Amino acid sequence: MSHSTFKGGIHPHKRKRFTREKPIREYYPKGELVYPVSQHIGGPAVPIVKVGERVLKGQVIAKADGYISVPVHASVSGTVTAIEPRMTVGGNKVLSIIVENDNQYERMPIENFCPWQEMEPGDRILQIQRAGIVGMGGAGFPTHVKLAVKNPKKIRTVIVNCSECEPYLTSDYRRMVENPEWLVMGLKMILSLFERAVGVFAIEDSKRDAITALQLASGKESRMEVKVLETKYPQGSERMLIYACTGKEINSSMLPADASCIVHNVDTVCAIYQALAFGRPLTERVVTVTGKALNNPRNFNVPIGTSFAELIDAAGGCRVEPKKLVAGGPMMGISLFDLNVPVVKTSSALLCMTKDDAARFRPSACIRCGSCVEACPEGLLPAKLADLAEHFQEEEFQKLYGMECLECGSCSFVCPARRHLTQSIRAMRRSLLAKGKR
Amino acid sequence: MENRMNVSASPHIRGTMSTANIMRLVIVALLPAAGFGIYNFGIRALYHMLVCIVTCVLTEFTYEAFADRPIAVGDFSSVVTGLLLAMSLPVNAPLWIGCVGGVFAILVVKMFFGGIGQNIVNPALAGRCFLLISFANRMTDFACDAYTGPTPLEALKQGEMVDPLYLVLGNTGGCIGETSAIAILLGAVLLLGFGIISLRIPAACFVVFTGMLIFFGGRGFDEIYLVQELLSGGLMLAFWFMATDYTTSPITKSGQIIYGGMIGALAAMFRLFGSASEGVSYAILLANLLTPIIEKVTIPRAFGRRH
Repeated sequence: MSHSTFKGGIHPHKRKRFTREKPIREYYPKGELVYPVSQHIGGPAVPIVKVGERVLKGQVIAKADGYISVPVHASVSGTVTAIEPRMTVGGNKVLSIIVENDNQYERMPIENFCPWQEMEPGDRILQIQRAGIVGMGGAGFPTHVKLAVKNPKKIRTVIVNCSECEPYLTSDYRRMVENPEWLVMGLKMILSLFERAVGVFAIEDSKRDAITALQLASGKESRMEVKVLETKYPQGSERMLIYACTGKEINSSMLPADASCIVHNVDTVCAIYQALAFGRPLTERVVTVTGKALNNPRNFNVPIGTSFAELIDAAGGCRVEPKKLVAGGPMMGISLFDLNVPVVKTSSALLCMTKDDAARFRPSACIRCGSCVEACPEGLLPAKLADLAEHFQEEEFQKLYGMECLECGSCSFVCPARRHLTQSIRAMRRSLLAKGKR
Repeated sequence: MENRMNVSASPHIRGTMSTANIMRLVIVALLPAAGFGIYNFGIRALYHMLVCIVTCVLTEFTYEAFADRPIAVGDFSSVVTGLLLAMSLPVNAPLWIGCVGGVFAILVVKMFFGGIGQNIVNPALAGRCFLLISFANRMTDFACDAYTGPTPLEALKQGEMVDPLYLVLGNTGGCIGETSAIAILLGAVLLLGFGIISLRIPAACFVVFTGMLIFFGGRGFDEIYLVQELLSGGLMLAFWFMATDYTTSPITKSGQIIYGGMIGALAAMFRLFGSASEGVSYAILLANLLTPIIEKVTIPRAFGRRH
């Protein structure tokens, strides 16, 4: 039977076997923890602690600045040793609060917390902001803003993005297999905000154990279903996912709410559950530490702020010298030039690759084979767009819908001439976005 | 360790298909038809192929070396051009004719326009048509040791009947690689299976061509007549292997259907009303010229911008 999906897309090697069967392990950081104040889209948080101050696990160390912003919490107990700009995954320096771990893990007591069922819907959303929850799939958009839609009755589908279509990544998969009840409870809490919506676990057909686990856990819930989708990249992209689940198309200038949908990542839903059921803020996340270069690839539950360098040791160190280190998946992740950067709320993986395809192959002339056109999930003409981008033809680039590109990497992946299509298109998009053009 | 990391923009992995792999697959797909050509017409067919391939590769190499451009013969594209050119020659033609055609195809049609991916018309076809015009007698002399009568298409034009079974198997006269429909189809299935070509262009070609014959052929829906027309005169080779040439066909999906339809219509027109029996070659060359315009008017609408 064929499952719902979208047009285009690619089938890269999944390479999930490294960590698929590795249960999530707690990781206790050894060195200092670094908390950038900007781990989300929106206003950076404002530090409210001083150097030398003792902080507890779960304590707010930087408060939200405005509505589209979330606070940052300490993920360990310890002493603030510095507040200074530090390197982040993106390669830029961001003001960060540095905490020295005292290895006590003393929790901040949770004061006057009432069960979520007794909260007003508005208070539930406020609690989610207080817990510092953002979209943990990579975008980092504050979750409370997503949930506070103008007309909650218009939302008909709440989709939990269980597709995890990037190769190598298994953090969401392990969560679904190990704690499906968290996801069901989290979705129940979200559904309590949208009385007319149904909840959908959208999952690729290759993740059979997770499908079974979710079906068992959600069996008694009348407003939830598990929707099985074709295994294809980029199935987990928000627009593709909405299309596969509801048949509605949204473009770059629309929000999921325009298609009566809300989409949340697996880890985000778990964080919502922790926040509303126990009042716990977001202080840790699952990170897949994987790749051929490692001795012992694993899934870890990592306190936010832990250095990526520590995770390599936690995974048994390197078997061979890695060629390339990537934060995130191989299709959309960011390659690192310095491992001394912290795990943030949006870090899903550390990938240690032994070969670098991008450097291994030299780009040659386009043969106009149209593979990129077939692969593009957005229905664009990547070869033409890359050409226009390389010649700085802004107007024509926009006319050919260049701004609709997801930067998913499918075109570069399939290109037989190994052209850097996504890369050229991305550069042009960034320059146009910076000029305020859409 | 830290200092020697590779850093680049995503994606960090690539697929396995390369230009050279695609070209190798096309060559493999052409082998059944080429092999049958050798079986059908004798060892001289193989000499033609070798002459054409060597000429094409050498021409590209020489040009690239002298023009100080990166040597790209390793992508096997000129081997494909050479093989296709040889397969559309009559076996009795002198061997030097492949040399002339190969130099014209690669030097004038391909390299002068910027090399692989830049040529406007299909090099092999343009080379063949150049030869057809320049050496009309030698290029249409299909008499050889094996077959002395007219080619199936000529026979059809004169109103004779040709047994479709011979056309399917290919033991008839004609150009080296065009006679056996079944060998060509075998290759086409391989290309379709590996996703090298899609059905859009050939399907549009065949549908429009057949439709035109039904409406304007004067015989209505006459199966034997249609099958004879479809299987003769290099139509199969042209629709499956020449019309689907990447560089000279549109990259837009709807454009490919229009382009295929155009080839089908022109080929039928040349067959029905024209005098040149190999009209399908000209049909493809003309459609090649229209590719940029077709592409321009068939820009697809992006996802979510369709309303």
